[in-house]
Amino acid sequence: MELFSNANDFLLWTRGDAFNIAIGIFIVGSIIRVLEIFLLGRKHDFSEPRGTEWGPGLKNIISRSAVDSGTFKRAPFVVVVGYIWHICFFIVLLFFVPHIELIHATLGLKWPGIPSQFVDASTVIAMAALLAMLWHRLTHPVLKFLSTYEDYLVWLVTFLPLLTGYIAFHRMIDPYPMALGLHILSVELLLIVFPFTKLMHAITLFIARWYTGAMMGRKGIES
Amino acid sequence: MSASANTSKNTLNITKGINALKQQIDAPTAAFFSSCVHCGLCAEACLFYTETNDPKYTPINKVEPLRRIWESEYTLFGKLKKLLGLAKPVTDEMLAEWEPLIYDGCTLCGRCSMVCPVGNDISGMIRKVREGMVASDHAPEGLIGASTRAIKIGSPMGIRLKALKAQIKHIESDTGLTIPIDVEGADYLALLSSMEIINFPEYIESLAKIFKQAGVSWTLSSEAFEATNSGIQIGSSDIARELVQRVVDGAEKLKVKYVISPECGHAYTAIRWDGPNLIGRSYPFKVVHILELLDELQQSGRLKTSGLLEKKLTFHDPCQIVRKGGVEAQPRRLLAQVSSQFVEMSDAGKMNWCCGGGGGVSANERADELRLKAFNRKKHQLEEIDIEVLVTACANCRLILEEGLEENNMDIPVVGLSELISDHLLEDNVVEGEANE
Repeated sequence: MELFSNANDFLLWTRGDAFNIAIGIFIVGSIIRVLEIFLLGRKHDFSEPRGTEWGPGLKNIISRSAVDSGTFKRAPFVVVVGYIWHICFFIVLLFFVPHIELIHATLGLKWPGIPSQFVDASTVIAMAALLAMLWHRLTHPVLKFLSTYEDYLVWLVTFLPLLTGYIAFHRMIDPYPMALGLHILSVELLLIVFPFTKLMHAITLFIARWYTGAMMGRKGIES
Repeated sequence: MSASANTSKNTLNITKGINALKQQIDAPTAAFFSSCVHCGLCAEACLFYTETNDPKYTPINKVEPLRRIWESEYTLFGKLKKLLGLAKPVTDEMLAEWEPLIYDGCTLCGRCSMVCPVGNDISGMIRKVREGMVASDHAPEGLIGASTRAIKIGSPMGIRLKALKAQIKHIESDTGLTIPIDVEGADYLALLSSMEIINFPEYIESLAKIFKQAGVSWTLSSEAFEATNSGIQIGSSDIARELVQRVVDGAEKLKVKYVISPECGHAYTAIRWDGPNLIGRSYPFKVVHILELLDELQQSGRLKTSGLLEKKLTFHDPCQIVRKGGVEAQPRRLLAQVSSQFVEMSDAGKMNWCCGGGGGVSANERADELRLKAFNRKKHQLEEIDIEVLVTACANCRLILEEGLEENNMDIPVVGLSELISDHLLEDNVVEGEANE
């Protein structure tokens, strides 16, 4: 039995049932992961604080994005490519007009997009950055040593939406609904994998940075 | 012991170890493990990696035992994996393999926690792993010895009150100063580290001189003079608690308002930050680091210095005092009063590189070779600035620096900051004993 009689059916499925399932797993899974963190709680700290927690915690959420100059000199590749990747990824995700339309239709939020040739360029740069990071992971002694199957799985499910998006945008697969369906499916794969992997860092890094910034603030150490 | 008895002992130990690790898991730990993306930057922050290029010293790798416990016990997905037999367990063999990473290859300096881009306090987690190591009988001999002496004799170096009293007598007859002991109602109770008593008694002398000039009411305690805390280093809250309790009891008995943490890094962490949590209550006194107090005395005009040391010098920031203790501006303000040619090392302040001997590494003879290798980081830092004097504020750092410098044929004297200040006390106020010399 054929699963889909034609490309349009496939596209409809990716936009319908598959999308709902993926979003459901993403939301429920992420909520569980965040609850798993907060429900553990922290012990009360009896030591006399030198400073406050909340302000330094929030500040660390921002300031941790900058690396100290010594570390930058030791590992410029990770820092520079890391920045390029994240910036280009967010440009593509948040400023491509069809993405904004989808977000508007789903959440009711809207903001101006940017011309698609900029998005296209960002996609290419983001993919190049991911490939460079993969090469780095496969060759750098520390990264090779640390990496597990999860690191490569996460790389793959992050790379696929960019690749399929690029293919769909340039009409490189015929018919177009098939190309678009594949793109949406790859995003759904990303959403499903998200709560079970280190992709969670996109949410939990704010919590991690806050805790460390708060701990430092309490001791009067500038974060 | 028979093979089966050995096995059952190991099974018991690993159960204890795993339970101890479980008790360490809290919300920050879970947030940290959830956030790590294996970027590898923490390796670049760790002197044991930068000086050996061995990836096993990557800080986040050191906490793998704790991560496995967190994943398999505190996450839904991890529990599922465990149920399906897909989880990697924490075994006795694993902990044995990790022991040198946790104790020899980490000084708990906390640099990794400053560098991690997702904000993970990795060194805080390494401290947690040590609890599991102790509970499962995987701590190094050197630290076990130090902790045992600390509990039984009262000092990790086996120094008894008699030895302290001998040093005091010596200082008193040399200088004509009085070193007060067990003075009830004094404002300040000064603590000492074993190393100061034996290797650097000039610290005690400096305190006496400075406090005399500044008119500080202070005392030592015959029951609580030891500030160091081997329990913090080996990673045993039980031992750490007992040692903190001795200080608290001593301070409460003498009804002091303040306890002064000496020129020792981890002692400050132990008494200032961890202590109240170990004993489960806040103190009726305040804890100040000697540098905080000296800075305060100087700012309020009670401590007057004269003359500047006209040698090029720098300050080695002890990790526990600066990066993990928040006492960073004080040593610099103090140095500005007594030196004319102060220069900073690269990465100075809260990003300073460890001497390599903190966190119990210096008490662990097994780590000696690795420690001297790690010292190359400090050597590079010092070579960049070409100084004549190296100032620090931790007796352990001082000893490790002296040894490392000697090993590398670098002829740079290492001085304690309190001693440097006391050497520059205003002449008018110099005590009679010294004036008569």
